Amino acid sequence: MPVARTHAIALVGVEGHAVEIEADIQNGLPGLLLVGLPDTALREARDRIRSAIVNSAEQWPQRRITVGLSPASLPKRGSGFDLGIAVAILSAANSVPAAALDGVAFIGELGLDGQLRPVRGVLPAMAAAAASGFRQVAVPRANAAEAALVPGLQVFSANSLRGLLSWLRGEPTAGEADSVQITEGGTEPTTTPANTLRSDGRKLDLADVLGQPVARRAAEICAAGGHHLCLLGPPGAGKTMLAERIPTVLPRLEKAAALEVTSIHSVAGVLPDGGPLLTEPPFCAPHHTATKAAIVGGGSGLIHPGAASLAHRGCLFLDEAPEFGRDVLDALRQPLESGEVVVARLGMIARFPARFTLVLAANPCPCAKGSGGQAACECSPTVRRRYLARLSGPLLDRVDLKVEFLPVSRSELLSDRKFAEPSAKVADRVAAARQRAADRLRDTPWQLNAEIPGSELHGHFRPAPGALSPLERAMDLGQISARGLHRVLRVAWTVADLAGVSRPTADHTTYALGLWMGRVG
Amino acid sequence: MADKDDLGRQGEQLAAEYLQQAGMRILDRNWRCAAGELDIVAAERRVLVACEVKTRSGLGFGSPLEAVSRRKQARLRRLAICWVNAHGVLFDEVRIDVIGLLRDRAGHFTIEHVRGVS
Repeated sequence: MPVARTHAIALVGVEGHAVEIEADIQNGLPGLLLVGLPDTALREARDRIRSAIVNSAEQWPQRRITVGLSPASLPKRGSGFDLGIAVAILSAANSVPAAALDGVAFIGELGLDGQLRPVRGVLPAMAAAAASGFRQVAVPRANAAEAALVPGLQVFSANSLRGLLSWLRGEPTAGEADSVQITEGGTEPTTTPANTLRSDGRKLDLADVLGQPVARRAAEICAAGGHHLCLLGPPGAGKTMLAERIPTVLPRLEKAAALEVTSIHSVAGVLPDGGPLLTEPPFCAPHHTATKAAIVGGGSGLIHPGAASLAHRGCLFLDEAPEFGRDVLDALRQPLESGEVVVARLGMIARFPARFTLVLAANPCPCAKGSGGQAACECSPTVRRRYLARLSGPLLDRVDLKVEFLPVSRSELLSDRKFAEPSAKVADRVAAARQRAADRLRDTPWQLNAEIPGSELHGHFRPAPGALSPLERAMDLGQISARGLHRVLRVAWTVADLAGVSRPTADHTTYALGLWMGRVG
Repeated sequence: MADKDDLGRQGEQLAAEYLQQAGMRILDRNWRCAAGELDIVAAERRVLVACEVKTRSGLGFGSPLEAVSRRKQARLRRLAICWVNAHGVLFDEVRIDVIGLLRDRAGHFTIEHVRGVS
């Protein structure tokens, strides 16, 4: 009896590795032995696959079956190997021609009735399949649209094992529901609804944030240059409102970025049902009780991307930032520096991209009544300092813009109505500024001002003469650190880009310094 | 006597005849001790063969061979050792075989013999 082979993809983080599935049938007491570092979900595959094969009106080989997954050293998780194992067993029993399995990667979970169920992480698995030289993949119908995002792959999708098997044998299928659909990857134009419409159907617009012109401006700068933002202010001033509207002024994701973002969301299993490709920058707002694993990623079995990775190429919003655990906030320092999260587990290291715009929001003190007004804050200076001290230090040093929200009076709200610009208009300016930066950075690996390393700020990208003097003064006074100076300079470049000026002048650096120290407005 | 016991007895008889035809000497049938029962004890040259016989009249509850679990295999091995001790004979090797018999509607039997299961 020859050994039958099929192929599947194992995921570690958002990286896929080709896995060879071998099935061997020997004389002996009936049973299925699964070897090659399977986890619990995969070990359970034995019972799922047997039921699925029997209920698909196939013959279960009444002998000893050994299924090996290689490379044997790579830990394999989840239920996506079911389909590959089932087909390998049937091929070893000579009921599926081995020639039909050549160069096909099989992904899918089997139901007990032989239905093919969708699995997570199909997009990164398909990308890995294409990179490993597969030209054809077989996936559950529910994953077909996602799989077809990868160019150069022919996607066979079916609803049931029965349908896929008769197609592999070249037999006609019993009904329409069972038939195999063939899609050429990378051909379908895919779009998702604009993210100005939230899941609850509300339309968000920056013009809604009335009475906070400085904050609106800061949001624009943050969107244009990829800078991080901290919003400080009493409850009800519009911090959350503003943060939610930052994605509405961000440009749509380019193809490569969209595939990256969609891959992460696919592994997390949070892709929306409609359009498979996410083209809008994501917005992720974890609750302040979130654990470190929820923010940066982790988990013991299948490694899950955290909120920082789900916000990749978008916006990570931490509301009530001082209420987050200190270790949670500090864990964000690594992705803020390197743009990726590295989760190490026994036998594997998962990397998730995490290049996000961080937006922190905080009340000035725990009672949050704020200064001024009739109900003034009762917190002692010590309490206030201690509250914000939870944020300070290395994390706050990495936040480029700090904006203090002041309570708004009714007349200010009314008069600001004339000046508040809609998101579309701001988004145009942001896009133009990003274009200026991209043109300037054409021959470099960076795209946004926030990504330029410090050394280049004094080399290739020098501000106008005299522009540095306000910053040097502040540094002499000990108001900013050397890293702070670089960060202020990057913001100054973005301010200049937004103004359509070729180089930042003293005006721009002064403004950026004010934003850095939280003294504008 | 219930039908299933008849079926089992019939199956064991057929299995014993089959083993004899295959060149084995039957040493014992339905040998019992405190730990359980061995259906057939046979010898093939210098090898002691403890044989479990499973007979089924249909596949509704799975194939006969499937009914022999790992636990049962371990018990058969223990019983085989008991038999050797009780009879004081020496063998080079002790082997556990399983014979599955399936009776179809017409009353014909299909026999499957698996050698050395554990």
